[in-house]
Amino acid sequence: MKRHLAIAALLLAAACAPSKGPQGGSNSRLADAREAAQRTFVEPGKLDEFYLFYSGGHSGQVYVAGVPSMRHIATIPVFAPYPATGYGFDTESKAMLGGYTWGDVHHPALSKTKGDYDGRWLFVNDNANNRVARIDLRDFKTHQILGPIANSSGNHGSAFVTENTEYALVASRFSIPIPRGTYAPTSKYATDYKGVLSGIKIDSATGEMSVAWQIMTPPFDWDLASTGKEVSRDWVVWSSYNSERAIGRLEVTAAQRDRDYITFVNWRMAAAAAAQGKGKIIAGVRVLNPKEVPGMMYLVPLAKSPHGADFSPDGRYVVGGGKLAPYVTVYDFQKFLAAAEANDTIGNEDGIPVLRYESIRVAEVPVGLGPLHTQFDDQGYAYTSLFVESAIAKWKLGPFDGHDSALVVAKIPVNFSVGHLVTAHGDARHPVGRYLISMNKLSKGRHLNVGPSQPESSQLIDITGAGMTMLYEAYTEPEPHFAQLVRADLLHPIEVYPKAENKDPNAIWAASDAKITRRPGIVEAKIYSIRSYFAPNEIEVQQGDSVILHVTNAEQERDMLHGFGLAGYNINVVMDPGETKTIAFRATKPGVYPFYCTNFCSAMHQEMQGYFLVKPRAGTSVAAASAEGRN
Amino acid sequence: MKLAAWLSQVLSSRARFAVLGAGVLLLLIPFFPLWQITMFANQFPEGLRLSIYAHQLVGGNGGNDLQGINILNHYIGMREIQAADFVEMKFIPFVLGIFILLGLRTAVFARVGNVVDMLVLFCYFALFSLGTFAYRMYSYGHQLNPEAPIRVPGFTPPVFGHQRIANFDVYSYPGVGSLLLGLFVVSLAAVLFFEMRRFRKQAAA
Repeated sequence: MKRHLAIAALLLAAACAPSKGPQGGSNSRLADAREAAQRTFVEPGKLDEFYLFYSGGHSGQVYVAGVPSMRHIATIPVFAPYPATGYGFDTESKAMLGGYTWGDVHHPALSKTKGDYDGRWLFVNDNANNRVARIDLRDFKTHQILGPIANSSGNHGSAFVTENTEYALVASRFSIPIPRGTYAPTSKYATDYKGVLSGIKIDSATGEMSVAWQIMTPPFDWDLASTGKEVSRDWVVWSSYNSERAIGRLEVTAAQRDRDYITFVNWRMAAAAAAQGKGKIIAGVRVLNPKEVPGMMYLVPLAKSPHGADFSPDGRYVVGGGKLAPYVTVYDFQKFLAAAEANDTIGNEDGIPVLRYESIRVAEVPVGLGPLHTQFDDQGYAYTSLFVESAIAKWKLGPFDGHDSALVVAKIPVNFSVGHLVTAHGDARHPVGRYLISMNKLSKGRHLNVGPSQPESSQLIDITGAGMTMLYEAYTEPEPHFAQLVRADLLHPIEVYPKAENKDPNAIWAASDAKITRRPGIVEAKIYSIRSYFAPNEIEVQQGDSVILHVTNAEQERDMLHGFGLAGYNINVVMDPGETKTIAFRATKPGVYPFYCTNFCSAMHQEMQGYFLVKPRAGTSVAAASAEGRN
Repeated sequence: MKLAAWLSQVLSSRARFAVLGAGVLLLLIPFFPLWQITMFANQFPEGLRLSIYAHQLVGGNGGNDLQGINILNHYIGMREIQAADFVEMKFIPFVLGIFILLGLRTAVFARVGNVVDMLVLFCYFALFSLGTFAYRMYSYGHQLNPEAPIRVPGFTPPVFGHQRIANFDVYSYPGVGSLLLGLFVVSLAAVLFFEMRRFRKQAAA
């Protein structure tokens, strides 16, 4: 309905607009708006064709939207508590968060089989606290947070999964003296500070992650990665900035050289070297020195202050974007192999060979100013985001015969200052094409004014045919970096947790099984929740008791969620149908505290409540007791 | 005495097979629901389903709809629908066994009278079961807990056809199992019809 009105308003506005508006001729604009509306309108009750998994940046979360409607569907809490789903309040999610209350999600990576999305898991990084999390796409929940990863600091170049999800590869953005906790003055930055590349092994059956090995590198700021495919399947590339090994004001000090580096790392060789016991154990992890594993790691110059480094779908080319260069560099993977084989070097960095740029690059495509990231479609085109120019360039991925400028076929301005962009399956072996989403860092008032803290903007662009057409614009909370756009039919999430799968020993399925057990100093209760009551609905404890509550939602009907909010004790959990959650806390404050169902369930939802009664410790006055409670 | 002569007429071999075949139909009964109740509402577009078998109650959606229906019913104070309440589920399988044995007996002794006995007894059994089922529906709808959050006047959920109950459209129809029972009756009636025709032809000859 809202969308109908929006379309009507759009048409009306276009019809009433003066013939020469800021957008040019009003007639063509009208036709475009009508077509764009038809392309993006998803009727109520109908489903989108694609899932869009946005990274939520420093919100610590992942957002799920549908494409082409761009409607936000769900927020998946990962690195920050999220009362809306009770995340971060129950013992399990609290333990996963490990005391942190924020993270910085930049690069979601879907699991792959043979280089294509298999719809099993989504891995995301935490740039701030050096962690990687796994979301299971069976229930769209975070199931593991790995880290803080030893030795690594600033987990930015992460998480990028290999062709068959053998590894998630991650890298440090901020070099530090290792192991973490070591002190060295920044005057020793060039020698004592280290960058770290890590191989996170992924169990192929469970998705369970573990740190398998690391590579110690010079203190470059590792930036973004891409994993190889087919011919390059054993390799991963990372871009880096600050090859100057500079400190201080990096915007100047780290932008002195015309070229920094992109590195090619053979992850399979690294895994083999670690298995052979090469390198040394630092903070419990086997850390390889590239000097001791010849052939594992090479550096290749890349202009200037590099950011994106992206393998083409067939794995034959790598496209590198230098933030301060007006072109993207295309490297030929076969030429890289040949140069490495021939030892065609121009020097080394701490023993890591630096290969000759001219021997490997096959093109410098003048896409525009400030090229960052590149994605691909199924028609042989590449799409590069241009931050400085605030546009997206569409260009042909070859032939690379010296006519580089002829490769650029179209450009579309975006609003404003695009960072990452994503196409459907745009980093997989077989991209799907059709849509591109430009994730813009600035929206600069294109939305209803919401005050100084402005949202980011995401623009949906049609990339079928030779050009690009702007279709739609949506706003997201801060702050999407990279995203994954995947065909909806590849995912098969459950709608309820089947009762038979609930292995929690404290789960109960009948009100008659509800029980309060008392041991000295500990009160433990199994609580049953169903429309529209809790059993028991009164829980009495002594002040100072440790309280453990296991709340089961006995429903098996979809969307029949119940919450358990305990006023005054800062607790709210939400149980999905068939789920049991445990909360543990100390009853420090005496008095009577209501608990109630926080997730609207039924006509009698409001009545779904009870009392948590805390008897004051003997000899404690009310005033003294509540003063203690505040402490 | 014409009737007595007909009743003691020996069945044709085709009729014996027909009676045996009818017995086989009864063997299939446990695999198909006798009755099906489906409830639709705006927020239940796919419906809540309940299938009543000769020996069990099965909720739709992998069994979950039975709990779903009971949760909704508890708001009006209806007691929980459970298999244990349906005494029919104990006697129907037993009685079906008796009819299979009677079928075998008829195939062996093969008198028209045996078929008449079976048909009459079966019609009685079917009407009795339907009656108790209707009474069960009546009691579920009338024996409501007076302390229920929502108080509604007593009602009888539909035994056959459609009824609007609050925000639900409730449909109640016989299932494949009942069709099989009907087919059993039709088979026996057909045997009698053809045996009657044969008797008349012979009498005329």
